[in-house]
Amino acid sequence: MTEFQTVIGLEFHAELKTKTKIFCSCPTTFAGEPNTHVCPVCLGLPGVLPVLNKRAVELAMKAGLALNCQISPFSKFDRKNYFYPDLPKAYQVTQYPLPICKSGYITVPDADGNEKNIRINRIHLEEDAGKLVHSGESITTSNYSLPDYNRAAVPLIEIVSEPDMASAEEAKAFGDKLKLILEYAGVSDVKMEQGSLRCDVNISLMPKGSDKLGTKVEIKNLNSFRAMHRAIQFEEDRQRRMIERGEKIVQETRTWDEGSGQTLSMRSKENDHDYRYFPEPDLVPTVITPEWIEAVRSELPELPDKREKRLKEECGLSYYDCAQIVATPALAFFFDEVAKIFDDKKTIANWLIGDVSRLINVAEKEYEQIPIAADDLAYLLEQAKSGAINNNSAKAVLEEMFASGKKPAEIISERGFAQISDSSALEEAVKAVIEANAKAAEDFRAGKQQAMGFLMGQVMKATKGQANPNLVKELLAKMLK
Amino acid sequence: MSIYDMTINQLQQQLNDKNISSYELTKKYLARIEEIDPVIHAYITVTPEAALEAAKASDERRARGELIGDLDGIPMALKDIFCTDGILTTCASKILANFVPPYNATCWQRLADVGAVLLGKCNLDEFAMGSSTENSAYFATRNPFDIERTPGGSSGGSAAAVAADLAAYTLGTDTGGSVRQPAHYCGVVGIKPTYGLISRFGIIPYASSLDQAGVFAKNVYDCATVLEAVSGHDEKDSTSTPYPIGDYRGACQRDVKGMKIGMPKEFFEEGIDPRTIEIVKKAAEKFAAAGAEVIEVSLPHTKYALPAYYVLACAEASSNLARYDGVRYGVRVDKPTLEEIFCATRSAGFGEEVKRRILLGTYALSSGYYDAYYNKTLQVRTLIKEDYDKVFASGIDCLLTPVTPGPAFKLGEMLDDPLTMYMTDVCTVPINIAGLASMVVPFADIEGLPVGVQLIGAPFSEEKLFTAASAVEVPRRLPPDILKQAVEKGVER
Repeated sequence: MTEFQTVIGLEFHAELKTKTKIFCSCPTTFAGEPNTHVCPVCLGLPGVLPVLNKRAVELAMKAGLALNCQISPFSKFDRKNYFYPDLPKAYQVTQYPLPICKSGYITVPDADGNEKNIRINRIHLEEDAGKLVHSGESITTSNYSLPDYNRAAVPLIEIVSEPDMASAEEAKAFGDKLKLILEYAGVSDVKMEQGSLRCDVNISLMPKGSDKLGTKVEIKNLNSFRAMHRAIQFEEDRQRRMIERGEKIVQETRTWDEGSGQTLSMRSKENDHDYRYFPEPDLVPTVITPEWIEAVRSELPELPDKREKRLKEECGLSYYDCAQIVATPALAFFFDEVAKIFDDKKTIANWLIGDVSRLINVAEKEYEQIPIAADDLAYLLEQAKSGAINNNSAKAVLEEMFASGKKPAEIISERGFAQISDSSALEEAVKAVIEANAKAAEDFRAGKQQAMGFLMGQVMKATKGQANPNLVKELLAKMLK
Repeated sequence: MSIYDMTINQLQQQLNDKNISSYELTKKYLARIEEIDPVIHAYITVTPEAALEAAKASDERRARGELIGDLDGIPMALKDIFCTDGILTTCASKILANFVPPYNATCWQRLADVGAVLLGKCNLDEFAMGSSTENSAYFATRNPFDIERTPGGSSGGSAAAVAADLAAYTLGTDTGGSVRQPAHYCGVVGIKPTYGLISRFGIIPYASSLDQAGVFAKNVYDCATVLEAVSGHDEKDSTSTPYPIGDYRGACQRDVKGMKIGMPKEFFEEGIDPRTIEIVKKAAEKFAAAGAEVIEVSLPHTKYALPAYYVLACAEASSNLARYDGVRYGVRVDKPTLEEIFCATRSAGFGEEVKRRILLGTYALSSGYYDAYYNKTLQVRTLIKEDYDKVFASGIDCLLTPVTPGPAFKLGEMLDDPLTMYMTDVCTVPINIAGLASMVVPFADIEGLPVGVQLIGAPFSEEKLFTAASAVEVPRRLPPDILKQAVEKGVER
């Protein structure tokens, strides 16, 4: 039986994180009452003209730089013409022959765990359409549909990969990595559930070892990477069965139906629109100088691959710790902030992955809204490290910092967490414990090391946990000699 | 001298001398519109209340000594393609029969800001597609010099309004000759400045890469006054010029002596009325007599301009007019399904010529035809532009040509023959294709019908055009009595 090789290419649409729309000054804020974030320009009223949002260009450049693309010194916009009520001008302003970014790549692990570069063909800048709210299930079965143009002309980038992925796993790895990079670059909110990141799949099968691509099918309506993974597996299976039965794959667009877990035919290529692309005469070409590229590049933070490597090499963190921190940009940025003040990076990592993450989850907050300041956490960790407070107290302080927003120094003093590190103050307590536990003292002298633990526990109890354990140990050893 | 025949400066003198107020002047214009316009049909919409209110405000400024400029209190009109906040803007189309924009076109805003008094909105060929105003969905405009003839188009209403003294000046738009041809047919001065000199914001587009607003005025100096007020960069139009505008009024006073006037031989060939050619040659003699040097030049790709124009303009129009789908504004024909709404709305809302151009443009952009038509045309456009670049680089200051093959034709004469009608644009379209500056000045007449000459300059050389135009300008000729014509020709009011 013939073995088949899956060939997958992906197309992503990411909404850019600009304050205003791509051609007017309406806000890009998600949601809002229908048709409240609109003006004559984004409604496409007669006679209005687009004015390109410079920040949208910069964010597209940023995405390109983060994805190892070439930034085009000269790009321009085109009109993609089709009729639909969510498209106010009946054309979408997009880029066709001259996109803003070309030829990039992302590195992902392949099936054997080796690094594999997935190439990016292009990134182009375009405007989003509005949304239709149907009275029924879909536009064809509804009595009426109401257009909401709040989303119309929100800036988007479309990222088109080469058909370099061979499995659902690779496609998912590409998607995860892309999402993370865009998030680090601050280019997009990348929230698939809100539609700020959307993904289409192109998939075909060919006999293993062949270099002749099979007929491709496009899958739309993928609302999560999980859905993408399932859809690819379903489609691989469907196409393989068809080929094995000797049937021809039809070039078509299919939609993923989450409920039934299948892809369904939407339209065949013959019924595809003729978009009649032509240069947008209302905008001038976008000229990007090397100086501008460098200025945008300097805005980019350290990206995931490099960051992971640094955490591993410079901070001596484990693969697991690195992955945990790098996977959440807000946490990674917070890590850097704390590390500027407190230099035990391993400890920072442990606290961030441990208690800080736990408390964020408990509070049902996002990592973007960590309610404590980096310098306060650094102070707390310093106190614990120097022995000024013990570890358990430090945890309690952190909890209260989350709960009350108070400064750690304030909490430590209010709650009396400061450790007793003054030997003269402790000697009294140690002496009293030895006297009250003569049996244990004898055992220790007789060489029973376990007795030390018991005696220490008694000292800690007597000092309400505030004794510096190292000092207690020292004193006990000295007095029991 | 009648108040209607006065230039802007003369009117300002009258207003300053308190011989008349802006309010009274506006009333006089409104009264004349009421009397004459039922014959001429220059206006689609007249706005008497807003006009009188603006005139009153101007009078108050004048009384307080806070006059804004030379256009303050002067009654004028706009082609009904300029969006006017709160005022019906139809583009002479049924599909926009109810469209009231919530914004002003930038050039109208600039005039309003200096105290202009808007009398109303002038007739045009639907969406500026046509050369006679007969494609208006409402009515055809009549030529004041012969009410059985066309005023030209597409800005025919704006040209006729100035010629018939129904406004002191007007604005029009010119995509392939729509200011210059009607200026020529109606015996008024008309300028189509360089692409980008006047903001296109708020002008309902026909072909975005060719559209440019222009001015109709009673003489060259008035034209310069208005052009200075409306020109210059607009942050709402990325294609508007970033450079400072010129001193057009100053240029009107300069001497034409030593200027090099080119006469491109391709504009004097077959198809042009010999009487027209004679008139242009007379203008050349006048230039020579004033000390300019007249030189024959060649623009070899001129013959490709007309077909190139119809491909480019129609392609852009097919996209620009796609938004009129009945969903958001304008007229909608209700039907059970979306596709039927689109089809029925557009079928009912657009006139024949508009449909013809949408179809031509859609075809030219279609997959499989794009390279043969649209792409090839872009190459032709470059060649045409290079012709002009070479001529201007050789030291020519401006070109002198006919405007159209002949004088105004009769209404209805070419209605069934769109190709012949398209030919009337043969001398004007190359200028839009190449993005140049161009102006029409009335110079003579053929059997009583006005004939102008066209001056063409390099991009942003409007100052030179004004110097040349002032040198060749003749005193304004008034049309014969319009009401008398109506009686004689049996035209009902």
